[in-house]
Amino acid sequence: MTAAGLREPPATKALLIAAAVLYVAVMLLLPLGAVLTEALRKGWQAWLAAVWQPDARASIRLTLIVAAISVPLNTVCGLAAAWAIAKFDFRGKTALIALIELPFSVSPVVSGLVFVLLFGAQGWFGPWLQAHDIHIIFALPGLVLATLFVTFPFVARQLIPLMTSQGRADEEAALTLGASGWQTFWRVTLPNIRFGLLYGVLLCNARAMGEFGAVSVVSGHIRGETNTMPLQVEALYNDYDFVAAFAVASLLTLLALVTLTLKSALEWKHRDQIAARH
Amino acid sequence: MPGRARTRSSPLPGFGLSLGITILWLSLIVLIPLTAVFVKSISEGWQTFWAAAGSPRALAAYRLSFGAAAIAAAVNCIFGLLVAWVLVRYRFAGRRFLSALIDLPFALPTAVAGIALTAVYADTGPLGAFLASAGVPIAYKPAGVVVALTFIGLPFVVRTVEPVLSEVSSEVEEAALTLGATRLQTFFRVILPTIAPALATGFALAFARGAGEYGSVIFIAGNMPFKSEIAPLLIVTQLEEYNYAGAAAIACVMLVISFAILLLLNLLQHWQRRRLAQ
Repeated sequence: MTAAGLREPPATKALLIAAAVLYVAVMLLLPLGAVLTEALRKGWQAWLAAVWQPDARASIRLTLIVAAISVPLNTVCGLAAAWAIAKFDFRGKTALIALIELPFSVSPVVSGLVFVLLFGAQGWFGPWLQAHDIHIIFALPGLVLATLFVTFPFVARQLIPLMTSQGRADEEAALTLGASGWQTFWRVTLPNIRFGLLYGVLLCNARAMGEFGAVSVVSGHIRGETNTMPLQVEALYNDYDFVAAFAVASLLTLLALVTLTLKSALEWKHRDQIAARH
Repeated sequence: MPGRARTRSSPLPGFGLSLGITILWLSLIVLIPLTAVFVKSISEGWQTFWAAAGSPRALAAYRLSFGAAAIAAAVNCIFGLLVAWVLVRYRFAGRRFLSALIDLPFALPTAVAGIALTAVYADTGPLGAFLASAGVPIAYKPAGVVVALTFIGLPFVVRTVEPVLSEVSSEVEEAALTLGATRLQTFFRVILPTIAPALATGFALAFARGAGEYGSVIFIAGNMPFKSEIAPLLIVTQLEEYNYAGAAAIACVMLVISFAILLLLNLLQHWQRRRLAQ
C-alpha cells in the first residue's frame, strides 16, 4: 500500500517519460539529425570532397595543433591547482576556487576580447610587438591564449572535489615508507585520480576543439591559415556553401558524440573514481 | 595565523610549487587579461564609456541577451526538472541513452549547434516550416535567440537537480502520504521546497551561460540592431570597427553582471548545503 502510494499511477509515469523523451528528442536529437542529413544532402562524394578541401584540411590541422598545445598546459596547471587546494589547508582557498572557475561565467567573446586589448594593434603591447615583428593576434599564439582562457577550469574543477574526498592518508603512508615527493605523486596520487583526470581532460579537449566565440575574436578569419574548424564552418556557412559547412560541422559532431560516449562509459564504469562521493 | 599553522601540519611536499604554478598561470591567462578590460574601458574617460555602454543600441542588446537568457532558463527549469525526475525516479528502456544525450549541448561546438538549430527552425526546416505556417516564425527573430539558449541551458538544470532529487528521502514522502497528502500535494509541498535551491542554482547557471552565449545564437538570430542583436555580437561589431574602448565598455557591463550572478550562485550553494544539512 505504502509503496504504491509513493509511486505515481502507471499512466502518469508513462506520460511523464513520454513527455521527457519527446522534449529531448525535439530539442537535442532533431538538431543532431539535421547536421548529418544536411552534410550528406548531396551524397558521400560531396561530403568527402568538402572535408578534403585544402582550407578544410588546414582548419582540421590548426584545431588539432591548438588543442595539442592548450590541453596539456591546462592539464598540468589543473593538476597543480588540485594538489595545492585538495591536499593543503590555507586561507583564501574558497576565493581561489572561485577565481579558477571564473572563465566559465565570462562570455566567450569577452574571453577573446581581453587578448585583443592586450596584444592587438591598438592594444597595450601592440606597438612593441609590431616593432619586434611578433604576431599574437590573428595568429596561432592568440588562438592558443583564447583557448587556454576558456578551458582553464575543466581539469582543476574535476579534480579538486575528487582529491579532497580522497584525503591525504595514501600519500602520507607512501612518504612514511620512504618515497620521495615525486614518487608519491606518480605512483600513489596519479593512479588514484586517473579516471577523474581522464574525464576532465576529455571535457577540456572537447571545448578546446569546439570553441568558437573566443577564437573568433582573435583569429582574423584568414582561410587556410587562422581558421579553426568551427570558424571554417562559419566561413563556409556565410558563403552559402551549406553542404561544405555541414560537412565540416559533421566532423565536429562526430567528435562530440565520441566525447559523450567516452564520458558516459567512464561514468558507468568508474563513477566512484571520477567524482567525490556525496 | 591558524591557516598557515595548518599548512605546515600537512606533511606532503610541493605546496609552494603547486600553489605557485596555479597563481602564476591563473594571473597570466585569466586575471591580468581580465583587468585589461576594465582599464581599457575607462581609458578614454567616463563619457566615452557611457556613450558605448549606455547607448540605446547597447541597452537593446543587454535587454535581449539577459531577457532571452531568463526566459530560456525558466523554460529549462520546467523541462529540466521533468527530465531529471524521469531519469532519477523511473527505470525504462533507453534511460542511459537519454541521460548521455542530455550533455550534448556541453559537447557539441556552439557553431555547430547554431547552424543545426537554424536548419531545424528556418522556414525550410522540419520544425520551422510547421511553426511558420502556424504563425510563429522562430529563425531570424528574437524567438530564435530563446530557442538557442534553451538548447544550451538544458544540461545545467538537469545536472544540478539530479543529485539533489535522488537524495530526497523516501521517509519524508512516506510521512506526507501517511498524513493524507496526495501525490501532487507531496510534490509541491515537500519535494519542490527541498530541491528549490538546486533548481535556483540550475537557473542561475543556465542564465549566466545564456547571457554570454555567442556561437549558437548568431546563426539563428538575424542580428538586426535594436531587434535581434545580442550583446556579445555588439562587442564583436565594435571590435571590427576598431572601437576598442567601446567594445571594452560593453564587455565591462557584461562582466560586472556575470560576477554578480556568480556571487549569487555562491550564496545559493550555501543555502543548498544548509537545506541539505537540516
